[in-house]
Amino acid sequence: MNSFVPLLQLQNINIAPKNAIDRLLVKQVGFSILPGKTTCVVGESGSGKSLTALSIMGLLSKQLRLTGGQVLFNDGESGVQDLTQLDDPSMRKIRGAKIAMIFQEPMTSLNPVLTVGYQIGESLTTHLGLKGAALQSKIASLLSMVGIPENRANSYPDELSGGQRQRVMIAMSIACEPCLLIADEPTTALDVTVQAQILTLLDELKTRMNMGMLFITHDFGVVADIADQVVVMFRGEIVEAGSKQQVLNNPQHPYTKALLACVPDAEGKKPLQPIDYAWLAESKSQTQMQNQEQA
Amino acid sequence: MTDIVLQAKHLVKTYSQRSGKFGFGTSLVRALDDVSIELKAGKTLAVVGESGSGKSTLARCLLQLQALDSGEVLFAGQDLAKLDGAALRQVRKNLQMVFQDPFASLNPRMRVGEIVAEGLLIHGLGNATEQQAKVIAMLKRVGLSESDMQKYPHEFSGGQRQRIGIARALVLSPKVVVCDEPVSALDVSIQAQILLLLKELQAEMALSYLFISHDLRVVRHIADDIVVMHQGKVVERGQVEAVYQRPQHPYTQNLLAAIPGKRALSA
Repeated sequence: MNSFVPLLQLQNINIAPKNAIDRLLVKQVGFSILPGKTTCVVGESGSGKSLTALSIMGLLSKQLRLTGGQVLFNDGESGVQDLTQLDDPSMRKIRGAKIAMIFQEPMTSLNPVLTVGYQIGESLTTHLGLKGAALQSKIASLLSMVGIPENRANSYPDELSGGQRQRVMIAMSIACEPCLLIADEPTTALDVTVQAQILTLLDELKTRMNMGMLFITHDFGVVADIADQVVVMFRGEIVEAGSKQQVLNNPQHPYTKALLACVPDAEGKKPLQPIDYAWLAESKSQTQMQNQEQA
Repeated sequence: MTDIVLQAKHLVKTYSQRSGKFGFGTSLVRALDDVSIELKAGKTLAVVGESGSGKSTLARCLLQLQALDSGEVLFAGQDLAKLDGAALRQVRKNLQMVFQDPFASLNPRMRVGEIVAEGLLIHGLGNATEQQAKVIAMLKRVGLSESDMQKYPHEFSGGQRQRIGIARALVLSPKVVVCDEPVSALDVSIQAQILLLLKELQAEMALSYLFISHDLRVVRHIADDIVVMHQGKVVERGQVEAVYQRPQHPYTQNLLAAIPGKRALSA
């Protein structure tokens, strides 16, 4: 696959509650993801980063509606498809097979009464029709790929640690070798040492399988470790986007600067500075006024 | 030499855990294995470690929310482990706690004013007018307003709820505050606000903090001294500067190496 053709292109995504169609929760959001690269979406809670991810999968809650925009997906086989226009059966063929997702809480996203082997096998049976010995050996190889002993296939989620559960989630998501992996704060609930392991694992898998990755996080430390491209969201809008080096070393937007300034550093040299939202709103209206004057 | 406000000596706490086939057997887990700490007056001692390292058990045992198997907790010349009933309640006024989850630790059916005033009522401090004045002053100090007294916890954001939790703990003017992961459930921008608020209040009210955290970046900013726990044991202790620059124990070295974005963001 040509690695310069975007795998996924979001264009002018708008999301609003169904009963208040004018109140946009996500406003004109657009960015693209290249195969084998990681795009990080950073923002505080309520910035719309998870909604954006869910809209790609067509999994928005029933109270919300995608009021505009396109989700252009190009897996290199069936040409460019606008995922927002697909019907449910076609979307179901893409979900899990071509685009997979990992969630924040490994405990709540696994079914407690089914073995992890069964849960990993489900999408293999659904999408690839694997059965019997072929299925078992594929499950075993997936488990060893994410660093879990193969005999753990018969374990239940409560018999595993938090990190192991997240590894199981990763095994499930990569089972059908998707070309796009969406990870919504996959390490937020984990200890730092486990987090470092999971980030390394995801990075390795991404490279080995040439997956594109959309990684949602609020932690700039994680961004620095894993991102190629960075998109910063604030109150439903993209305020800054660019390569990791650009955004982290030379942030342009006041919000990006403010968000970076409140991340504590390991050396303790930098004074902590909370975000001054009033000042931010003021500087925003000032730049708007300047733009108007220039126009 | 700095005064020591709270001292724990050789704390041991074991839990029994069901194990074996069908959980018929039991095995013992040593949550605290000969742990000793010293909290200096007006300073912050951070306890760091992964989940399961025993850091929250330590917090609960210090405040006698859980009974110890053995060991002493010395505060103002008394061994808390030997106190009970009224005597323990008296001492608790000086030992308060700020909890991790601001959603779970506030009673959803009580108004904020009642939540903050409850400690004053229990300890019978002042009359109704004085209590109300104290609650209002405390709420204002943590960045909330007088009108917030009439509201319920669900009307507030996570960061605001943590401010309520802090007001609730500090309205009694305690000497020691145990903060159990007070910012780990918060956004990084809100986290910075709460950390700065805790620092300011420490200076104003001469508080000593026992700060429990798994985030070494946060600890670097707030703590003076640090204790690293691993599987119920203290594996390293010292001043924050020294431990971060020259970690001795392999476990501490691992923890420090796992800090995300260490290289990129420190430049």
